[in-house]
Amino acid sequence: MNRRSIPLTAWIGFAGILLAFICAIFAPWIAPYGETEIVGDVWQPADAQFLLGLDNLGRDLLSRLIYGARTTLFVALSATVLAFSVGIALSFIAAVSRGMIDMVLSRLNDLMMSIPTLILALVVLAVLPQSLTVLILVIAALETTRVFRLGRAVALDVAVMDFVEAAELRGEGKLWIVFREILPNTLSPLLAEFGLRFAFAILFVSTLSFLGLGIQPPTADWGGMVKDNKDGIIFGVSAALLPGAAIAALTICVNLVVDWLLRRTSSLKGGRGDG
Amino acid sequence: MTGFPATLPRPRLWLRRRFPLLARIAERLLLSILLLLTVSVLIFAGVEALPGDFATTYLGQSATPQAVANIRAEFGLDQPVTSRYFEWLGNALQGDFGSSWASGNSVSEQIGNRLGNSLFLAAVSALIAVPLAVGLGVVAVRFRDRLPDRLINILSLAAISLPEFFVGYLLIMFFVVKTSAAAFPATVYDSMSLIERLQVIALPVATLVLVVLAHMIRMTRAAILGVMSSAYMETAELKGLGALRSITHHAAPNALAPIINVVALNLAYLIVGVVVVEVVFVYPGMGQYMVDAVTVRDLPVVQACGLIFAAIYILLNMTADILAIIANPRLRHPR
Repeated sequence: MNRRSIPLTAWIGFAGILLAFICAIFAPWIAPYGETEIVGDVWQPADAQFLLGLDNLGRDLLSRLIYGARTTLFVALSATVLAFSVGIALSFIAAVSRGMIDMVLSRLNDLMMSIPTLILALVVLAVLPQSLTVLILVIAALETTRVFRLGRAVALDVAVMDFVEAAELRGEGKLWIVFREILPNTLSPLLAEFGLRFAFAILFVSTLSFLGLGIQPPTADWGGMVKDNKDGIIFGVSAALLPGAAIAALTICVNLVVDWLLRRTSSLKGGRGDG
Repeated sequence: MTGFPATLPRPRLWLRRRFPLLARIAERLLLSILLLLTVSVLIFAGVEALPGDFATTYLGQSATPQAVANIRAEFGLDQPVTSRYFEWLGNALQGDFGSSWASGNSVSEQIGNRLGNSLFLAAVSALIAVPLAVGLGVVAVRFRDRLPDRLINILSLAAISLPEFFVGYLLIMFFVVKTSAAAFPATVYDSMSLIERLQVIALPVATLVLVVLAHMIRMTRAAILGVMSSAYMETAELKGLGALRSITHHAAPNALAPIINVVALNLAYLIVGVVVVEVVFVYPGMGQYMVDAVTVRDLPVVQACGLIFAAIYILLNMTADILAIIANPRLRHPR
């Protein structure tokens, strides 16, 4: 693969994701004001001092957007990484060992997937205490089911290949087969799935925060900022639209990269058409 | 299909031989019932797993043991878990979900009104979204890799990345604040006529359609492309069949099952999308009821709403599978 083969859309995606991560990592140095610092009037319009205006409590919107990137990205990324570690491990175990283990894991997964994600999250969050750890664990658990399904499917595809059989006949252990034979050959679709899951996690944590069940105030996060400022909409105050646009922009960027990854994987398979 | 597993019970074996279609449908129905039962256990058990006792939370740390015992008895919490589950499930099947902890009102009464509102919202959205999505999906395939396809691809990619609440507020900003062409909040009353109701829910429906449409177009396009790139379509082309004939006789019957699946999957998605849209537009439906209940930890309401949402979702998926079995003979003989 050379750099020229990467389309412009994917570059835009990479640039957007990079920008969000820079904001997240260096938030205290970039943000002009503090996360919870009240600097002026409620919903003060944008001017030279406050580039994006102030929010429902008179806090600087730009600063809160930058700090919000930190919270939103942290929760989404840790949930996705956790879901991937657990989901891939379980799905490969299921695909390699087959039999009873596979059946139990798969049926359990089907059961989890038969309840809509948001509804399951609402039921669980009604019971569990509100904390960042619980939130990450709930999102990760829901994502694990999706990762498991895809991981098992791609692993089963690869597990019947000749080189896997060769490794089995050589007497390699299960761990070797998983890590040295199957994992490298499923990397491409799994990478695309990681992007998809990350985008889903961003949307999901934002939705939960918007409903008031995610990250609790005064910590800034993009979904919660929409909730805080939603009453201004009807008066023509666009403070709620900015964090919404930030969520949308970041998710579009992730999806642009995923789109390119998916095209790449499907064109590797060959055949007449690859959708 | 050669040789049935010897372990199959006799009536099932007979049914499979004589009526393979009926047998598959019956199996799918049974599976759904089993699934629903398990989900009900899951929802009940999930709520039971409440860390700490509800009664203690309800009364605070300084409650006397006698007060805690009274509250436990009042809410029936002193009964064993299994008997409470069966009582809850039995009542739920008869449409009685108990009374709300927060307000003391009957949950079923509240849900009765709100469920109708939510289904109305979802149904109107589906009526608009489904034909539009299938049509645009076909257009995307027809002009594959040309301008219309690329345009649809980029726009739908953008649309699936937008959170529902952002689309909703964007529409409110534009149509209510800037042009005052639509109504907000989307409150409906019993006395409203159908036309009035449709006017009020225009914006929520537009939001749902936009969000669901993008998913549906992308999936329809992929489903049709999957069929078009198959070996039998190549054969049809190579033996000189016209484009129209090969599509009506070879592609369409095979694309039907995946498209039905796409539609059902997205209708199920609609049921969940309703939750956020109802909160944005202050629409009196099930979604808003459930979110409010979760916020104040009103568990009977959460259980009831969760069970109903899950049941609708499972039923929609089941309908899709059964329609797919009817539409595609190959699915009648699973290997």
